[in-house]
Amino acid sequence: MSTTELARAATPAPARGRKKRSRLNTQAGAGWLFVLPMVVVLGVFLFLPVLMAAWVSVSDWGGRGSPWGANVNFVGARNYVEVLGGKGLAARDFGTAIRNNLYYVILVVPLQTAISLGLAFMVNKRALRGKGFFRTAFYFPSVTSTVAITVLWLFLFSASGAVNAFLSWFSITGPNWFADPRGLIHLALGGGEAPAALSQPGLFGISTWEWIAGPSVAMSAFILMAVFTTSGTFMLLFLAALQAIGEETDEAAMVDGASVWQRFWYVTLPMLRPTVFTVVTLGLIGTWQIFDQIYTAGQQGGPAKTTLTPAYLSYNAAFISQDWGRGAAIAFVLFGIIVIFTVLQRLILGGGDRSTRKQVRAEQRMQARLAATGSAGGTIPGTLAGSDHDEH
Amino acid sequence: MTSTEAARRHAGERHGPGHLATYAVLTAIAIVYIFPFLVQVANSFKTDEEATSAGMALWSPNWTTAAYQTLFANSNFAVWTMNSLIVTVCVTLGRVFFVSLAGYSLARLRFPGRQVVFLMLLAVMSVPAVVLLIPKFLVIKSLGIYDSYAGMILPLLVDAAGVFIMRNFFESIPVAVEEAARIDGAGTFRTFWSVVLPMSRPALMTIIILSFQGSWNELNHFIISTQSPSLTTLTKGVAGLASGQLSSGNQYPIKLAAAALMTIPVAIIFFVFQKRIMNASGGAVKE
Repeated sequence: MSTTELARAATPAPARGRKKRSRLNTQAGAGWLFVLPMVVVLGVFLFLPVLMAAWVSVSDWGGRGSPWGANVNFVGARNYVEVLGGKGLAARDFGTAIRNNLYYVILVVPLQTAISLGLAFMVNKRALRGKGFFRTAFYFPSVTSTVAITVLWLFLFSASGAVNAFLSWFSITGPNWFADPRGLIHLALGGGEAPAALSQPGLFGISTWEWIAGPSVAMSAFILMAVFTTSGTFMLLFLAALQAIGEETDEAAMVDGASVWQRFWYVTLPMLRPTVFTVVTLGLIGTWQIFDQIYTAGQQGGPAKTTLTPAYLSYNAAFISQDWGRGAAIAFVLFGIIVIFTVLQRLILGGGDRSTRKQVRAEQRMQARLAATGSAGGTIPGTLAGSDHDEH
Repeated sequence: MTSTEAARRHAGERHGPGHLATYAVLTAIAIVYIFPFLVQVANSFKTDEEATSAGMALWSPNWTTAAYQTLFANSNFAVWTMNSLIVTVCVTLGRVFFVSLAGYSLARLRFPGRQVVFLMLLAVMSVPAVVLLIPKFLVIKSLGIYDSYAGMILPLLVDAAGVFIMRNFFESIPVAVEEAARIDGAGTFRTFWSVVLPMSRPALMTIIILSFQGSWNELNHFIISTQSPSLTTLTKGVAGLASGQLSSGNQYPIKLAAAALMTIPVAIIFFVFQKRIMNASGGAVKE
């Protein structure tokens, strides 16, 4: 018998059990104590608010007094119908906001994904000199605030700004970007009036002609800004994945005589699929939430409501027009849209089956970081939690 | 093909035309990424007329600091900076502490309801921030902390993603040291404070950088939690400038000066901790 066994034999069994139980009890106490601040803060400022807003979205609260007060009435789905019903100003504004944001999403997500992938691919080359410099240059816009970048953008894209000065070298007369409500597709079609067939009110109260307008010139400037500020962040995500894959496979393909393009298309890209999935997901979540830049530009969604977005509309309805029910309803509809888009995306891209454990970890870290700086909006549990389960 | 041939091909790629093309493309893109910031700084030292008429020029013989003087004389820039500093410091300190406490608890301590708490954390992370604008305002107002530092700071004190980062980090370090400490009779908090935290410097640095950047650049939370000018932060103040509060003319130099100044702290953090931020594979977690 060893000494421990002796000691154990000497201690009566119930005492051992009690000791273990008391240790577990103190651990349970400490465990709760440690998570308590988190539970309180997240519970009070995230969980509870959602419940309150859910009530407000079905009430006629006007912003005065408590939303639980006696003079606040339950109005059922009225606020939602006003927004989604397709009739009246509220519905038209919402339709316009959806159209604007949809074009923004459709253009920004593919552009930022492709550009960040391209950048990561180029700066990942082992033999490249000045790697650090290039990475820094591409990432720097991501650390600056949306406010500062918007101020800069308003200047660069002003009528006589740097962008138009650059365009004039090629004898192109640039537009007065942020004051130009013309849609790009309308412009491509040569402008003009709406054909009668397309001018009837359609989906969400706006006509087909308005739906196909494309992003306005003003919105295009915001689109370029989004690509400029996010490509560096996503480049880091792709870099992490590329480094986790390592250069062995690429070198093996090279030995087999595959060209650069073949290696990228048939070897590297398939291995990056999980990361592409993540970047697209984060991109979708982030691009549906644009608010800060619209607020900073100070045009209230102008010119001609072409930079109005659902997030800004929700803010405007509640905080400016004091129509809190409608504002909350818009916020929930926006939440629904984001959920639908991420689910659709999952179905189309087929989810992200992680190749390696290392890749999973690298990606998790980067995602959490993005979420923490708020540079890409929220994080969907499907990506973070999904990868978390793979780990165990 | 033999491996020497492959090696030669590889070497050829290194110095060949393909490689030169890569440099050309990268340099062109780098100019696109850097030039706007040079334009920003350059124009903040110009007069209104010159910034409007010759925005592309990076140098002006009549450079002036007038924009900076006007900025400090005619706006509350100093107050905004002060508020941003107060909020950022409080949020960063609070986050480091609370987030690592919660992360440690979720990674190491066994307590009833742990799984539920973790699932709630994931659920909370999935709610888009912008959707919470109105809801957060409602709660802040109900709690009576609207238009106060408490309302600006408390809701930002914990961020779910940070808890997630810390939890992952604690799971990746060996338990042995903690067990040794516990056998020596150290309590849970003591073990956490004097054994675990000192080992967690890399992860804590990540949290500090992220919190600093996140709260310094935060805008929409301050829009909905404050209204008085004395509580305006840099982001909110400069956003107001941008939409023309000081208006008379376009005043680009002043706006650009404000935007440039507010970028300095995050730029410093970025350049000091560049290696850590950019090192995508090393990151916060030791493998």
